[in-house]
Amino acid sequence: MSVLRDLFTIVLVSAGAVFFLAGTAGLLRFPDPLTRLHALTKADNLGLGLIVIGLLPQADGILAGLKLVVVWLLAQLAGAAATRLVARATGRPG
Amino acid sequence: MSVGPALDAGLALLASALAVWVVLARQAFGAVVGFVAFGLVLSLAWLRLGAVDVALTEAAIGSGVTGAVLLAAVTRLHCARPVVAAARCGRRTRAISIASAGLVSAGLAALVLSPTDPAPTLAPQAAAALPELGVGNAITGILLAYRSVDTLLEKIVLLLALAGIWSLARDGAWGDRPAPPGSGRRDGTLTLLGQVLPPLGIVAGIYIVWVGADAPGGAFQGGAILAAMWILALMARLADPPVVGRIGVRLAVGIGPIVFLAIGFAGFALPGGFLSYPAGFAKPLIIVIEVALTFSIAVVLGLLVLGPSARGTQR
Repeated sequence: MSVLRDLFTIVLVSAGAVFFLAGTAGLLRFPDPLTRLHALTKADNLGLGLIVIGLLPQADGILAGLKLVVVWLLAQLAGAAATRLVARATGRPG
Repeated sequence: MSVGPALDAGLALLASALAVWVVLARQAFGAVVGFVAFGLVLSLAWLRLGAVDVALTEAAIGSGVTGAVLLAAVTRLHCARPVVAAARCGRRTRAISIASAGLVSAGLAALVLSPTDPAPTLAPQAAAALPELGVGNAITGILLAYRSVDTLLEKIVLLLALAGIWSLARDGAWGDRPAPPGSGRRDGTLTLLGQVLPPLGIVAGIYIVWVGADAPGGAFQGGAILAAMWILALMARLADPPVVGRIGVRLAVGIGPIVFLAIGFAGFALPGGFLSYPAGFAKPLIIVIEVALTFSIAVVLGLLVLGPSARGTQR
């Protein structure tokens, strides 16, 4: 059971790390601010989400797990708002 | 834990690289962004050292509030016409500053790399007396009992910084509202964030102060979170910056140090010394001081970010 749990964590956290890597690559390689933001939000939302889900089985207690989920939700909220503000600051109409 | 050393080395490299970036960055904005990232990496490094209190303070004050103050300064510099030409330092000045900075770094490195064994420490003596205070978190106990004069002076320094910033206001605007932070436009996203985040942030800020007695946290960290929520509401135009000349604002700024000083002077009368707490009352007094300080710190940090008073900027 414990092995299965660790395997679950390893697979999901690795998948999350891949999203962060891809997001960073996009941030560095994409040509303009809007596409870069697009790459960044994938790392923020999916990458962090996968890492949080992967860490859930390792959390000690329901409360610690809930805290992890709240961290993800807050990061989503802040990330989405910041992305929109940066996008607007690029000066495109919208 | 074989990952530990690799992680530490990575953090150290990243922190050094970011520090170099902050110094070498061509533009002030890029340097500030680098500084904020440097602060976050530094707080991770403190976490790795097991100093959670320091990590929280670094993230909240070193990176968060200082970053916001620097960003505001950069924006202001962009808007202002240069009054004097930026001074270029000559080759000799540069050589001297590089040499003296290098000397300090080398001295620090020598001290860190050749510690005496065992390292000199007062930690056991300090920890031995903590139960009398009734405070579970050693850091809070030390800050408010052994080092209370330092802690008090830190708050006074904050007041001095605020006085310095306020005195940059033009004569006509003295005591008026500071300009609201941000771009000056209303924005749906910011409004949403300003409505959703503060309730959570205020609870988190108060929680951090409250657990500061027994776990990592405290007045400065909690106050910084509360200040951030206030700034967010101001950025979203959900509230107006305060008229800083009003007596209520002055009182809010000063209440923390006033309470601290009052309890300090009361120490002369009761237990017999400045800032000494009567036996059995240490914990409640420390909590009273912490709460008053948190309130003042939140107000002062917010006002530091807002900057000097300005006239004709309210919309």
